[in-house]
Amino acid sequence: MSKKKLTYSLNYRKPKSEYNDSDELMICIRYYHRCDKTQKTKVIKKSTGIKCKLQDWNSDWHKTSLRSPIKDSDPNYKKKNKILKDKVKTFNLDDLFSTVKNDSFSSYLNSKLPIGPLDKKWTNHKNTIDLVSPANKRNIDVIVVGTGLAGGSACATLAELGYNVKAFCFQDSPRRAHSIAAQGGINAAKNYQGDGDSTYRLFYDTVKGGDYRSREENVYRLAEVSANIIDQCVAQGVPFARDYGGLLDNRSFGGVLVSRTFYAKGQTGQQLLLGAYSAMNRQIARGKIQMFNRHEMLDVVIVDGKARGIITRNLVNGKVERHSAHAVVLATGGYGNVFYLSTNAMGSNVTAAWKAHKRGAYFANPCFTQIHPTCIPVSGDHQSKLTLMSESLRNDGRIWVPKNVEDVDKIRNGTIKPTEINEENRDYFLERRYPAFGNLVPRDVASRAAKERCDAGFGVNKTGEAVYLDFASAITRYGKEQALVTGKDDSNDEIIQTLGKEIIKKKYGNLFQMYEKIVDQNPYETPMMIYPAVHYTMGGVWVDYNLMTTVPGLYAIGEANFSDHGANRLGASALMQGLADGYFVLPYTIGDYLSDDISTGPIANDTEEFLAAETEAKQKLEFFVNNKGSKSVDYFHKKLGKIMWNKCGMARNKKDLESAISEISKLRKEFWREVKVPGDKNEFNEELAKAGRVADFLELGELFAKDALEREESCGGHFREEYQTKEGEATRKKEFQFVSAWEYVGEPKNAILHKEKLEYQNIEVKERSYK
Amino acid sequence: MKLKLKIWRQKNSETRGSIVEYEINNISPDMSFLEMLDVLNAELILKDEDPVSFDHDCREGICGSCSLFINGQAHGPDRRITTCQLHMRKFKDGDTIFIEPFRAKAFPVIKDLVVDRSAFDRIQHSGGYISVNTSGNTQDANSIPINKDDADDAFDAATCIGCGACVATCKNSSAMLFVGAKVSQYSLLPQGQTEASRRVINMVNQMDLEGFGNCSNTGACEVECPKGISLDNIARMNRELMKASIKK
Repeated sequence: MSKKKLTYSLNYRKPKSEYNDSDELMICIRYYHRCDKTQKTKVIKKSTGIKCKLQDWNSDWHKTSLRSPIKDSDPNYKKKNKILKDKVKTFNLDDLFSTVKNDSFSSYLNSKLPIGPLDKKWTNHKNTIDLVSPANKRNIDVIVVGTGLAGGSACATLAELGYNVKAFCFQDSPRRAHSIAAQGGINAAKNYQGDGDSTYRLFYDTVKGGDYRSREENVYRLAEVSANIIDQCVAQGVPFARDYGGLLDNRSFGGVLVSRTFYAKGQTGQQLLLGAYSAMNRQIARGKIQMFNRHEMLDVVIVDGKARGIITRNLVNGKVERHSAHAVVLATGGYGNVFYLSTNAMGSNVTAAWKAHKRGAYFANPCFTQIHPTCIPVSGDHQSKLTLMSESLRNDGRIWVPKNVEDVDKIRNGTIKPTEINEENRDYFLERRYPAFGNLVPRDVASRAAKERCDAGFGVNKTGEAVYLDFASAITRYGKEQALVTGKDDSNDEIIQTLGKEIIKKKYGNLFQMYEKIVDQNPYETPMMIYPAVHYTMGGVWVDYNLMTTVPGLYAIGEANFSDHGANRLGASALMQGLADGYFVLPYTIGDYLSDDISTGPIANDTEEFLAAETEAKQKLEFFVNNKGSKSVDYFHKKLGKIMWNKCGMARNKKDLESAISEISKLRKEFWREVKVPGDKNEFNEELAKAGRVADFLELGELFAKDALEREESCGGHFREEYQTKEGEATRKKEFQFVSAWEYVGEPKNAILHKEKLEYQNIEVKERSYK
Repeated sequence: MKLKLKIWRQKNSETRGSIVEYEINNISPDMSFLEMLDVLNAELILKDEDPVSFDHDCREGICGSCSLFINGQAHGPDRRITTCQLHMRKFKDGDTIFIEPFRAKAFPVIKDLVVDRSAFDRIQHSGGYISVNTSGNTQDANSIPINKDDADDAFDAATCIGCGACVATCKNSSAMLFVGAKVSQYSLLPQGQTEASRRVINMVNQMDLEGFGNCSNTGACEVECPKGISLDNIARMNRELMKASIKK
């Protein structure tokens, strides 16, 4: 590759004729990449961060002797031209794509994997990367955005190592990050149960569960550090469940054959997050973490190609602030709220990750979304969020819908109760379709089967989107067992029912109470109604082995990155990944990058780049409060959610995805025209915060649909109707064994695809079957 | 359902607030309380009025963000739930509902129903942790067995969501249930013993500094706590404080 292929150009976002001379446009560096195989030339554009007015642009710059693209009519032309030239000089193509291979897309990504055998890689890597001495760490600042399990644990460890940490969260306290809502547990390869668990098994289960779309090396490292997480948390006072001998208890979870899940009743996420929060508190008290509550990140600032800070808005008084640091870490969670309705918290958003994407970080596998089968169904248009019922319920509950449509109608208009439908008139569709795994098929499979029945008109509530989860047979089974054990009359139905309900209450009491509060029905007497809902996003910002994005100095950890769960996440693995990244991976790998910065000194936050990003952010806020449109932010968010759910949800096809792309793009235009944000920008204004978030969802949604469209296979949570077997199962394709990493170049649908090849040397790629 | 809402409106911490009356129709009994407020806000936005601000996030009763004082009760009329888990079926058609922020000297109002609970964070900074480095080089998790009853009690104390209902409910605005829960969690676990004295003294001092009142054993906090944190935790904290003062 030679730099001769580099040119400057303006980043037009609409036809040239539609611009005025006084319009300001971003200047890009263009790189013409020729693929040897197809002989086609691709243009890769990279934003320079410098803008100029159309009238000041010299389109014949390459013919002039100075080769300066900005005319002297621009007041800062000298400075700007110099920066542009420097950018070209320092533009390192090799860093961007380490090995351009002969293919039709632009490049393969280099994930900087360490050498050596799989089980030695992490150790070797730690032994060979550069370190920062304790004395120098004192002079280095790190910004961490988000304080959930990943962000909170990263803040604590970085501060403890000696870095100056600035932590940001939009909630009023780090303790309220949405990691707190995780219920089930956290996996760790401790093998306390002696059931043959090992690092390799956890690694194997995770890669297989992810349908062979995750990076082998990252997953192995995750499995390797998992045991340490439990040690660490116990030392911090996390009250995990214990047995009567005083030792830690385990439960088992979906998709695995061992008991490796540690838990604290149904509140494991809460306990782990409060553990990380306590570790943060210790460092806040020492002054090593400066905590910014109720602050939202609006943009990331790139100086000389490196992430050097962020722009934030204080949500209490509306003040826009510039914060600088030597590196920026995003721990901002997933983007499930692009669907409007999900099990995510109301405030969960993609803004930080999306802004990073727009500044040059590639976004990987956006279409890999987990839709959890057992959530409480939507009850009406007013619904603001969905509530999860733990996966563990499927151990004892049987899922069914009526066999006859007439019964469905009667149930919907209330003339009969579900308990009045005879066994022979019920369709236990999971047991029918998957006799081997029955009700315990993995999440993606169970969700699709429920949707199929509801689409066929068998949904059992007013909206037609619910199936039954019935505990009657479990109650009878447990009741009979108990009657036998306690020597009571096992032919008396009343006794059996009472005893059986007691057992169910012991196992699932808190979930049953939660259900009753929301739905106002007693699940001991009548079957629960459930329906799938968006729960977790496996996709996210692309990162290399060091968890660094494609922007130097910008890191992404936890759910915000893409690396460990492939196309489907196993239960109890999200907590494990968040804490592994934050406590044990990032704090070490970041040193390798920061070791070059020991003599940089403090980063100024009043340079041109910071001021430009600040102005841009302020202009957007200004726009929202002054755009007296006719529709609220929620109107657009709900509409986007409907498009996403109907066309990019549990089952996708080419036609729907194409129409989703155009509908979202249309909706986005309408949003910018018609959005109405009440109040002022210099005050507590939740609608204003929401407007910024929804604006980003409206862009992400389009990329999501594009990614789903281009991935012409079915795998994990991504199911394309065109790619299924006769029995309706997913057809995975070998040629799609790669990570799709998208580069932003303007309209999301024009994003450029980069690939990371996934190679499995330590695991055999097999077909998943649950028949 | 048709309702009359009397809501505390306050522009910011500097201005005085007052109760403003709103009428709202077409409320379904299946809505949650916060969804009812969403409907009100949607109407206000379209009428070019300022929507009512309130804290909320997870909407499943675990993050501790929501904090309304509804008809004189923290988190409203139902028990063992947070405001976000409260449903409109607990009210009758035609009801008048008073909605106020959590009130306490230590919880200044930011806007409308949003209050500043950072005093709770500062109490935690003063000692709500065990001083162990997060290097992962600690001993094996099973090397110290912990009696199941103690572990369960520690867990029950640790389920506090830090919402502040105890403070809002207490006639003295006391935060002793909140602080007691944290002190209890660590005092019941062997890992927390080393710093037990320092912790309880520091946390109680900070609690007093923040302007929270004392406990006069009315037990209202326990009744209103959405997580059912027990008064035993206050007793345990007092014992720990007594022990620590004698040692000192």
